[in-house]
Amino acid sequence: MIERFDCRDAFAATLESLAEADSRIVAVVNDAVGSTRLGNFKRRFPTRLFNAGIAEQNMVGIGAGLANGGKIPFVCAASCFLTGRAMEQVKVDVAYSRANVKLCGMSSGLAYGQLGPTHHSVEDLAWTRAIANLTVIVPADPLETAQAVRVIAATEGPVFLRLSRIPVPQVHPADYQFQVGVATVLRPGNDLTLIANGTMVSRALEAARLLSAAGISARVLNMATLAPLDRDAILDAAESTGAIVTVEEHSIYGGLGGAVSEVTAGACPVPVRILGIPARFAPTGTAEWLFEYFGLTPQGIFAAALDLVETRVRR
Amino acid sequence: MHKYALSAADSEKTLAGIARNVRCHSVQMVHRAKLGHTGGDFSAADILVTLYFGALRVDPQQPAAPDRDRFILSKGHCSAALYATLAMRGFFPQEELREFMEPLSRLNGHPNRTELPGVEANTGPLGHGLPIAVGAALAAKLDGAAWRTFVLTGDGELQEGSNWEAFMAAAHYHLDNLVVIVDRNGIQQGGATESILSLEPLAEKFRAFGFAVREADGHDCPALLDLLESVPFEPGRPSCVIAHTTKGKGVSFMENKAEWHHGVPTDAQLAAALEELGCKSGCETCD
Repeated sequence: MIERFDCRDAFAATLESLAEADSRIVAVVNDAVGSTRLGNFKRRFPTRLFNAGIAEQNMVGIGAGLANGGKIPFVCAASCFLTGRAMEQVKVDVAYSRANVKLCGMSSGLAYGQLGPTHHSVEDLAWTRAIANLTVIVPADPLETAQAVRVIAATEGPVFLRLSRIPVPQVHPADYQFQVGVATVLRPGNDLTLIANGTMVSRALEAARLLSAAGISARVLNMATLAPLDRDAILDAAESTGAIVTVEEHSIYGGLGGAVSEVTAGACPVPVRILGIPARFAPTGTAEWLFEYFGLTPQGIFAAALDLVETRVRR
Repeated sequence: MHKYALSAADSEKTLAGIARNVRCHSVQMVHRAKLGHTGGDFSAADILVTLYFGALRVDPQQPAAPDRDRFILSKGHCSAALYATLAMRGFFPQEELREFMEPLSRLNGHPNRTELPGVEANTGPLGHGLPIAVGAALAAKLDGAAWRTFVLTGDGELQEGSNWEAFMAAAHYHLDNLVVIVDRNGIQQGGATESILSLEPLAEKFRAFGFAVREADGHDCPALLDLLESVPFEPGRPSCVIAHTTKGKGVSFMENKAEWHHGVPTDAQLAAALEELGCKSGCETCD
């Protein structure tokens, strides 16, 4: 049995460790101290966790003001509320103002399962990716989460960090080092490229193993930074493998698939199959059940990849 | 070449005199750009001047000094008055006021802190300034620092719910280093605030939200300065000044008229406005 991890734990542990060394690090939450895993942060640094209450617009504005006062605020809330409720503050107070605010969207995508579309956050990447000045990061495992937190804390500028609560296996080797804007080849391959991020990376790797058994060599690319985008990695995948499947726990409109297609369409048009959530609100079901429902499983990715390769051969 | 500078009359350097010059600048800026918010510029001019030439501990030579007082113009559409005030205070050359809203100008229709020294927050959409001010005040409290945060809001702007979120937070965190000034001119874009979505009893609402409240004549600079120099009004509470103002203050045909929220003066109206403000032909600020 492969061990799986809730990346919020790596997030919280790293933030505490950074806060210990740097008094500028503070946290801002919308009451959700527990679900952002900041209970221990609050115990250790009680004056440095600001609870804005259930008031996300104010929460993000407070983040911008703390940054103006020289702090490095990590503003943490369920991604659906952080982005959906406070989008204008994200755009104006944080991104346009180039405030040194780290927006942490927790339990993104379909993580809230049966709580339904009100709590799902499958539009957040489309929204944030369209905003200038805003770095958008979607880590795939605890190691990458911890490294991303360290890197963004040490780098001046606005960031949206999209985290999940769905347990994922470690996909990176111990010597991995996350860099903003640099995609990582996790598995080499020549016949097509699977590009994924976040919770979908481990599933893409499993799909690549299934494809390998079927005689197809699939490259797996972890696109952990959605903005700024690693254009070179996408163009290399397009040129050297000729076909791309993107996999994301997000709407198929405007997220990873959209970003990849924007690059290939202009510079190296190859077939791109976009896997994710179609433009309809999810029915009731656990996150895992919804992944099955929307084909976001190793088997679903495998089938889409096989179909793409066979379609290309028929042409 | 036109030059912006203090007129002879303002060499007295009274706050009221400087405010008159801010009005002269801003109405000309709006006339030239054919875009702007003169009514609100004029209602806020005396408050802005009282802050920048009186209450605020800021140094134009060190606009990013960590211990500076912060001022956030939440009613960002009154950028012309803010720019005129900042320029007269020395944050950037007054000549640059001519570039208001010109292509590539730093003087955008709404203030941009990443480009213009002295601007603390990018505002424009309403209801943003107070939350940012609360965050800044929290940062100062955390550091035990002496700098204060002042924010000027419109009155119609208080219809945005984010302000009330921020009021709750300001009181909850005992931010007595925060001063909210409301430019209570009573008129928003579409008409009287009380006819569109009533705010009264505003002072009582602020008190109920935990503020120490004072009401003042927003055009009486010396009295306003006395008041602002006495903050915090009560230890442990955020301060609120409801500044009673007149939209379009200083030009009779603009006063208390909703259409001057974003009205642009014709050449004749500009001449009449400058005449009434006391910027007679030959004054350095006039075209």
